[in-house]
Amino acid sequence: MFKRLAESSPAVGIIVDGKPVSARTGDTVAAALLAAGIGHCRTTPVTGAPRAPFCLMGVCFDCLVTIDGVGSRQGCLIPVREGMKVETQLGRREAGR
Amino acid sequence: MVAEGRAAGAGTGDEFDVAVVGGGLVGVATAWGLAREGCRVVVLDEGDRAVRASRGNFALVWVQSKGLGLAPYAGWTIRSSNAWQGFSDLLKQETGLDVSFQRPGGFHLCLSEKELEARATVLKRLHNQPGIVDYKTEILTHDQVKAMLPDIGPEVVGGSFCPLDGHVNSLRLFRTLHTALNARGVTYLPSHRVDNITKDGGEFRLTTPHGEIRAAKVALAAGNANMRLAPMVGLEAPMRPERGQIVVTERLRPFLNHPVVTLRQTDEGTVMIGDSKEESVDPSGLTIGVSATEAERAVRQFPLLANVNVVRTWSAIRVMTQDGFPIYDESKTHPGAFTVCCHSGVTLAANHALTIAPMIARGALDASLVAPFSARRFHVQAAG
Ligand code: FES
Repeated sequence: MFKRLAESSPAVGIIVDGKPVSARTGDTVAAALLAAGIGHCRTTPVTGAPRAPFCLMGVCFDCLVTIDGVGSRQGCLIPVREGMKVETQLGRREAGR
Repeated sequence: MVAEGRAAGAGTGDEFDVAVVGGGLVGVATAWGLAREGCRVVVLDEGDRAVRASRGNFALVWVQSKGLGLAPYAGWTIRSSNAWQGFSDLLKQETGLDVSFQRPGGFHLCLSEKELEARATVLKRLHNQPGIVDYKTEILTHDQVKAMLPDIGPEVVGGSFCPLDGHVNSLRLFRTLHTALNARGVTYLPSHRVDNITKDGGEFRLTTPHGEIRAAKVALAAGNANMRLAPMVGLEAPMRPERGQIVVTERLRPFLNHPVVTLRQTDEGTVMIGDSKEESVDPSGLTIGVSATEAERAVRQFPLLANVNVVRTWSAIRVMTQDGFPIYDESKTHPGAFTVCCHSGVTLAANHALTIAPMIARGALDASLVAPFSARRFHVQAAG
């Protein structure tokens, strides 16, 4: 659905739900997920509805994911890093993660 | 908005058996109980911007610690705690709404030996009062607490546990009671702040900005505003409002099976952290230092909360009588006028609906149950 305007910056490898995904330096986690065609990054805590990054500027909180074991991180505010582990957050966050 | 429409006609001929002044939890619980007794009831409320404890409270149905200084308050609280399941079942039958009442027993956690000692002393003093009902609160060690709350931190030295303590979804309770009132045909009039009450013949006349409401009886359930209203009908309600602040986290998977007096996990997963006390009566202010202290203690009690996100904080004004105990009274000079006034509008909701309302419907309070709660206690000599 999304197409990169340019492929100029160097590639960065991240792991999304156990699978390698190729991103670009300067991508946010949310942008990387969208570019990789990942349809949703979390489900809501009460009804379990799927959600994907929406505002991409830190306001809507629809982009919450677990990053390197820490839950409820805003993917649109965090740049990718080589080897970063991103997990889809299903429903309520587990306290302590 | 529908109710606003009905407001126009209310002052022009409708007559009511009882006018309940105050549309918060105490008022609507009482009004629902009155409607169940077959009374024609009107609830006179302020508008949406009213200072309303019912929207800001902590939602415990709480027993432990209640009654130090007035032993009958312990028994009165236990009566409501015991009636609560039946109360919530009745509401569910009428409305289909579940207020998520749970009574798994609750904790008061202590973060130092000194706190634990102080806690034990309070409970001993409470239990040593003549006429106290035993409510089985025990002091537990760190390991005993940990067996029931596996996520406590090492700084929790122990705490007290009372099997009667519980909690509820109080916003849903508020909504459910309003739904039940509507279904029973109770007239609810928002933006009807009562400015004056007089008694004329057999009838009370309540002046509001939208006209006069007439009713055979009046129940004052207006929280801290009872202080202003009670003298109009020969009663008194000395109050000292107090501010509390609450911190709310994002929704988390269930980890806390028991409410703690300062911290609970709701049925929908959020953790509420609260129980601060300030003298301020400004409901719009928030003291950041107070929220920070609450949060810091919560993390020491449950270290897994350390990196959880806070999604809301708010402050609310507690309804508080001058000695902290409820006031239930009937007027000698204005027969038919009653006060229903207390801090614990959630805990005591079952009593207000199922015990106090039937008394008001009959026209007399049952002294064997509520005599200790008359405001006459504020004048020891006069009462003697
Ligand atoms: S996409 Fe809206 S906050 Fe991240």
